[in-house]
Amino acid sequence: MTEFLQQLLNGVLLGAIYALIALGYTMVYGVLRFINFAHSDVFMLGAFVAWVSVEKLGLPTRSLLGGLGALLAAMSVCAALGVVIERLAYRPLRRRSTLTVLITAIGVSLLIQNVAQSPRLGFGPNPRAFPELFPSSQLHVGGLTVSTHQLGVLAVALVLLAVLYWIVHRTRIGTAMRALSFNATAASLVGIDNDRVISFTFGLGSALAGAGGVLYAMNYPSIDPLMGTLPGLKAFVAAVLGGIGNLPGAALGGLVIGLVETFVSGTRLSTFRDAIAFGILIAILLFRPAGLLGKPKVEKV
Amino acid sequence: MLEVQNLSVRYGAITALHGISLSVPAGGIVTLIGGNGAGKTTTLRAISGMVRPASGRIVFDGRDITGLPPHEIVRLGLAHSPEGRLVFANLTVMENLRMGAYLQRDARWIASELEHVFAMFPRLKERIDQAAGTLSGGEQQMLAIGRALMSRPRFLMLDEPSLGIAPLLVKEIFARLVELNRERSLPLLLVEQNAHLALEVSTHGYVLETGRVLLSDRSEVLRDSPQVRGAYLGG
Ligand SMILES: Nc1ncnc2c1ncn2[C@@H]1O[C@H](COP(=O)(O)OP(=O)(O)OP(=O)(O)O)[C@@H](O)[C@H]1O
Ligand SMILES: [Mg+2]
Repeated sequence: MTEFLQQLLNGVLLGAIYALIALGYTMVYGVLRFINFAHSDVFMLGAFVAWVSVEKLGLPTRSLLGGLGALLAAMSVCAALGVVIERLAYRPLRRRSTLTVLITAIGVSLLIQNVAQSPRLGFGPNPRAFPELFPSSQLHVGGLTVSTHQLGVLAVALVLLAVLYWIVHRTRIGTAMRALSFNATAASLVGIDNDRVISFTFGLGSALAGAGGVLYAMNYPSIDPLMGTLPGLKAFVAAVLGGIGNLPGAALGGLVIGLVETFVSGTRLSTFRDAIAFGILIAILLFRPAGLLGKPKVEKV
Repeated sequence: MLEVQNLSVRYGAITALHGISLSVPAGGIVTLIGGNGAGKTTTLRAISGMVRPASGRIVFDGRDITGLPPHEIVRLGLAHSPEGRLVFANLTVMENLRMGAYLQRDARWIASELEHVFAMFPRLKERIDQAAGTLSGGEQQMLAIGRALMSRPRFLMLDEPSLGIAPLLVKEIFARLVELNRERSLPLLLVEQNAHLALEVSTHGYVLETGRVLLSDRSEVLRDSPQVRGAYLGG
């Protein structure tokens, strides 16, 4: 029982991180109808920005303020980067086919990875130890062991999800995002500057990915320029699982993938834990292409 | 108030408009009639900036707006309620109206205009929190008109507001539009398949055929023209 609860907690934590990344995929899909494959690299850069702000810029480690500072730095830099990527790489292709944009996204992803791997321009190819951002201690609740880090990850993820919900449902720009994702023509006819809303969407999604990168790195000993690929793909699966373009769906999908992965890791099938997400992807595409919360409709991707 | 001069529009190889000219005077109601594919929707799309003209000029209130993007044209006070209504199906009625007022900053004006829209179409008020996609066709049309009004237009274009709506409700909607025109001296440019009704409420009419202006005159003259009677009014 304790074992189960422990795994449940771990699964929810991992799921919350996947959810943060998945939301970026799904928001961008909502406004532009394409998968931003560079999203997972923004996630990776989030972890590196936190690393730089501690290791190079001297933010204190094991400090609440230092940790929050590193998190905010990662979110801001990633938001700016997301806006720049959209502006330079995707906006010029606005009237091109989805395929052209998808291939460009893969190109952007490779470019970021390669720059990050370059010892001169980036961080070099070797893994770096990720510092302890927040003060950590182990709490024992019943038979469970919970670290304050884990609680922090959960708290940050929940706060970000709540803020996102508020932005999307309660603010003018958030409503404009939803209006645009329904119909770009109608949005422009009420005076929405679609390009600005798209920029905002990239910034928002990238900030969440940056936060996800920091939270992910907090639970792993080291970070490297290719660290985004696998979690990025899993988060993409989560977005598809929930119904691409559907925000609650992406959060739910992230949670499901995180839980499944964690529970599979605890069994004899643990070597398959990375494969399981892709098994799920194939199953959804075969049996429920619209995802768990998506409405079935004919749409080419 | 609106002058369209020698407007041509092409979609790839297809030329949808071959140099049409029309004008809408301040406070007037002008209708554009014509068969399927005549170019009525294209004309409105070009005026509101949804398609770029191949040539010609569009002058609104003394200002050349040719080639401006739609969101800037709305800002100038030119509203377009598009063909097929295009209400935001995933947003509630209230959110749709608020999006209509996307460029309006004055909360008091927004509140009073909302009241006005609800007075005009009480059915919308009853369905304030309903997703627009679940409204009936007639209610969606009311919402589309309400949303356009929320942008504080000085000029309103409507593309087939009667489409797919029961005759009684069409009458009702048209009565509201005429009131708007009278009370606010809001000029209307009205595209209609229902030529009968359109020529009844309008002051001037243009008949389009395959991208050209076939006839244009005062509406009562068009109503009696044998050409129009034969082709568009069912004899
Ligand atoms: N996006 C497009 N791409 C290519 N051709 C188009 C496009 N939109 C319209 N057309 C063509 O332009 C011509 C005029 O179309 P338009 O929609 O303006 O007609 P309409 O008068 O509004 O017709 P209806 O009464 O059926 O709505 C038609 O021949 C149509 O096929
Ligand atoms: Mg039409």
